[in-house]
Amino acid sequence: MTRKYFAYPYLAWMVLFIVVPLLLVVYYAFTAEAAGTISFSLQNIAGFFSTTTLNVFAKSIWLAVLCTVICLLLAYPVAYILASSKINSRTLMVWFVLPMWMNFLLRTYAWLIILDSNGIINQVINLFGLPSAQLLYTNEAVLLGMIYNFLPFMILPIYTALTKIPRNLYEAAEDLGANSTTKFFKITVPLSMPGIISGFTMVFIPSITTFSISRLLGGAQTMLFGDLIENQFMFMQDWHAGSAISFVMMILMLISLYIMTRYEKAGESSGGLW
Amino acid sequence: MIPVKKVLSTLLATSMILLTLSGCTSTTSSNSASATPTTVVEEDITLNVYNWGDYMDPEVIAQFEEENPHIKIQETYFDSNEAMLAKLKADSSTFDIVIPSDYVVERMIKEDMLAEIDKSNIPNYAGLLDYCKNQSFDPNNKYSIPYMWGTVGILYNTKKVTETVDSWNILFNTKYKKKIIMYDSIRESMLVALKLQGKSCNTKDDADLKAAENLLISQKPLVLAYGTDEIKRKMINNEAALAVVYSGDAILAMDENEDLEYVIPKEGSNVWFDNIVILKNSTHKKAAETFINFLCRPDVAAKNSAYIGYTTPVEQAIEDLGEGYSDNPAYNPSTEVIERCEIYHDLEDYMQKYNEIWINIKSS
Repeated sequence: MTRKYFAYPYLAWMVLFIVVPLLLVVYYAFTAEAAGTISFSLQNIAGFFSTTTLNVFAKSIWLAVLCTVICLLLAYPVAYILASSKINSRTLMVWFVLPMWMNFLLRTYAWLIILDSNGIINQVINLFGLPSAQLLYTNEAVLLGMIYNFLPFMILPIYTALTKIPRNLYEAAEDLGANSTTKFFKITVPLSMPGIISGFTMVFIPSITTFSISRLLGGAQTMLFGDLIENQFMFMQDWHAGSAISFVMMILMLISLYIMTRYEKAGESSGGLW
Repeated sequence: MIPVKKVLSTLLATSMILLTLSGCTSTTSSNSASATPTTVVEEDITLNVYNWGDYMDPEVIAQFEEENPHIKIQETYFDSNEAMLAKLKADSSTFDIVIPSDYVVERMIKEDMLAEIDKSNIPNYAGLLDYCKNQSFDPNNKYSIPYMWGTVGILYNTKKVTETVDSWNILFNTKYKKKIIMYDSIRESMLVALKLQGKSCNTKDDADLKAAENLLISQKPLVLAYGTDEIKRKMINNEAALAVVYSGDAILAMDENEDLEYVIPKEGSNVWFDNIVILKNSTHKKAAETFINFLCRPDVAAKNSAYIGYTTPVEQAIEDLGEGYSDNPAYNPSTEVIERCEIYHDLEDYMQKYNEIWINIKSS
């Protein structure tokens, strides 16, 4: 029984840095300040549904969907190869996790140097006598930065799910005359579904609120949702509006997560990270 | 049934994102060497100065502390007027001296945050340029003393731009597609569009604002990037043809690349003043005035201005800096140029409208 006391510091941490901030967000989201008095208000929540905000939201969703789908397409083969490789795949995994030990901004800055018009790629292009291409400050550069930063979050859960598939299922399938295509679509894909869903949420949620990537790699030409929240808090000093859009965003996330977990129930396996 | 763990994890992820967005102010102190406990006649005072980052020569501060052994300067930095105001609202007793921009001085006076400055303690005030005094945001400089000033204009590369640059119009010329860098800020971008149409950069006319918004949206395909501090490097490296910049950045860039030229368009632009103010709650008003007087001394102002790159309002200092400064139209624009420039005013509630336009431009 005494052991549970060791959990209290963590509990205090959770309350202080997760629950309280969330409550503050909710508080600011539903209040407005007029002439020094704070009162209950829904105007900030309504602000989320203005054309201006919805435009930003639509653009962020589109970019996040693109990023997640491309991550999935890239990550699945990688995870598959890693999971089925004969050599010790754990050491291989380290190479995918290693870049994450570096600071996120630093990694994004590195792309700045690679994509720059005097950058590494253009220097190579110039070697062949071709003119420099405009790589930086494009939508593609933003997408590239996002994919690069979030790809490991897709590979890891899929890899975990794949390694948990019992070998004897394949043997049984072979006994019953299944070829490799059938095995892949009847066993591998369904059983790795929890990993895919985990990866999907782990990439989609942060990518929808990405901020600073579009400023660094996109030349600040598009304002994404994360940038909008920053704009409201830091520039407009409007904590109420900033909290309101963050709050609506959280609700939307929870709904999408709920739908996804319902779907996952069908698979009834907990191969995901969560 | 939703697994509780999953919900908690999502909450955690979202709150982590929110947490990274908060707490972005940096505080650094100018490590004033700890005072040696000698017998002091006057009481030791620490003046807390709230300033833009890298906006005061550390040697100037050291020199002041040497000349006034009983006053120590403690500098804290902000990166935007808005962030500074927010901090002062939460905590008004820490700082003695702040260096806000013109339209912010206007707001601070309105909100009764500033102490009146006793100019008999600042004899060097007499040496300031006439047009830097008595600006509309603080007539008679009751509350503020100009610190640095400058303009907004076009920095262009003479190797890439062959025609004469004298109008904001050139930033809308399709010939320079993807070779134009705009300033990543609402006021500066609106300035370009409003001035081009002959309007005030402080307009509260919805039709003018709508026209400016459409103009900037139509310009977007031509823009290489919206930038701030990195513009300087891009222009030095010949990576763009034209950029909207502050005069101080232009001066520093022109120093490193002789193909660069700076021009204040004929339609007019913005002239701005950063000012030294004393907060109402300051308990060291006298010491603060001593410091302000020191900063207005020609030799100090010249040294400080050369370090920062922006123009000092101290007439003698501009002359002393001599070649490259007093004869440089970017550093020392003619009165005729200044007269066609306008200062920013506090937009008050209209800032919301400007910000909305900005988001529309960015999400178009």
